[in-house]
Amino acid sequence: MLSEFNYHRPESLDDAIELINTTVDGLFLAGGQTILPLMKHNLATPTDIIDLASIEELKGISVNDESITIGAMTSHTTVAKSQIVRDNFLSLAELAGAIGDPHIRNKGTIGGSIAYNDPAADYPAALLGLGATVFTNKREISADDFFVDIFETALEEGELIIRIDFPFVDCTAYEKFANPASLFALVGVMVSRNDSIVRVAVTGAGPSVFRINQIEKALEASFTAASLDEVPIKHADLNTDLHASAEYRAHLIKVLAARAVRKAANQLDQKAPHL
Amino acid sequence: MTTVSMTVNGKVVTHEVKNHTLLIDFIRETLDLTGTHVGCDTSQCGTCTIHVNNMSVKACTMLALQAEGAEILTIEGVANANVLHPMQQAFAQNHGLQCGFCTPGMIMTALALIKDNPNPTEEEVRLELDGNLCRCTGYQNIVTAILEGARAMRAQ
Repeated sequence: MLSEFNYHRPESLDDAIELINTTVDGLFLAGGQTILPLMKHNLATPTDIIDLASIEELKGISVNDESITIGAMTSHTTVAKSQIVRDNFLSLAELAGAIGDPHIRNKGTIGGSIAYNDPAADYPAALLGLGATVFTNKREISADDFFVDIFETALEEGELIIRIDFPFVDCTAYEKFANPASLFALVGVMVSRNDSIVRVAVTGAGPSVFRINQIEKALEASFTAASLDEVPIKHADLNTDLHASAEYRAHLIKVLAARAVRKAANQLDQKAPHL
Repeated sequence: MTTVSMTVNGKVVTHEVKNHTLLIDFIRETLDLTGTHVGCDTSQCGTCTIHVNNMSVKACTMLALQAEGAEILTIEGVANANVLHPMQQAFAQNHGLQCGFCTPGMIMTALALIKDNPNPTEEEVRLELDGNLCRCTGYQNIVTAILEGARAMRAQ
């Protein structure tokens, strides 16, 4: 049973911000796929729910010369099926299309997912692996600065995510090993390459999404799966739980990174004749 | 309390609800439409799957107030009077249910899949069922029933 709260459904960004600043313990509601289960367990007991569903500025997907932009309230299903996303960032569409299950994807949003920063969520790997930027009502935050620690982001009180910008890259792929029961990532690896810069972001393996510098450097020297063979993956700081040991997660990181590199390199090969 | 209005199985309903009422409780307790089941109440099992604005959602993980103005379809709205929907018929004919508890969610999920993909492969059906659990573990016949139901719907 959820505890009682006041319910608001503002139609503008300004109204939503005013509500969060004037209510005692207000909470933004995006798709609700995380917060409602938490509220059922009394792990969140807001005095006020501020439902963001009617705010047009938070919706939609657009593209320009340098990036695609996804509104915070865009559902996983919308991202997965978007032609703009599929044409420009197939890895992102595939990542969104494999979050949770179809019903959860219909309600869950990109803004809600990253604001919560679950250590096994997929989207944090996309933002960090693609070098995305989060735009809020106050500022812009690079993905490198956004994800702070387990369930913790750089967002301040009264700060609301408006949209996320994904700059174009030469190639990218995401590979995950999903926990078959929860469908969360036991480990997920997002790889992207743009000119000489390679980014590799790992979710599910640690307290929060993180980059692996050694893998990135190895791939910058040679963008092949084989170049990962000799890279040691430290497991000291990785998660051990009933699903997998830290050693196993370290092993998965390498396996999934190699798969992602093969997939991404394939895109480069396909693009080559047109360059 | 807040007044909420939505269209459920083609009928407009308006009720005063407590703000923290879940959509599943509104459907089952207030509207007395008990065909939609609650298995886990933690967004895992999918027995509470309904359609909101033509999309499948888990009614246990949505507030009734979030459905303001929405078009809702529950299992009670699927059959045409006393004539079963082809998907329901396919479940009956293919032993797609044993205890039947998960069946409303399975059928609503199948119908959501077929709306987007009228001719799904077996693998696509299995993937679509990621969020629906059958406690009898009768998945084999559920998949068969959905493929058969899809075929029957295409033939219509």
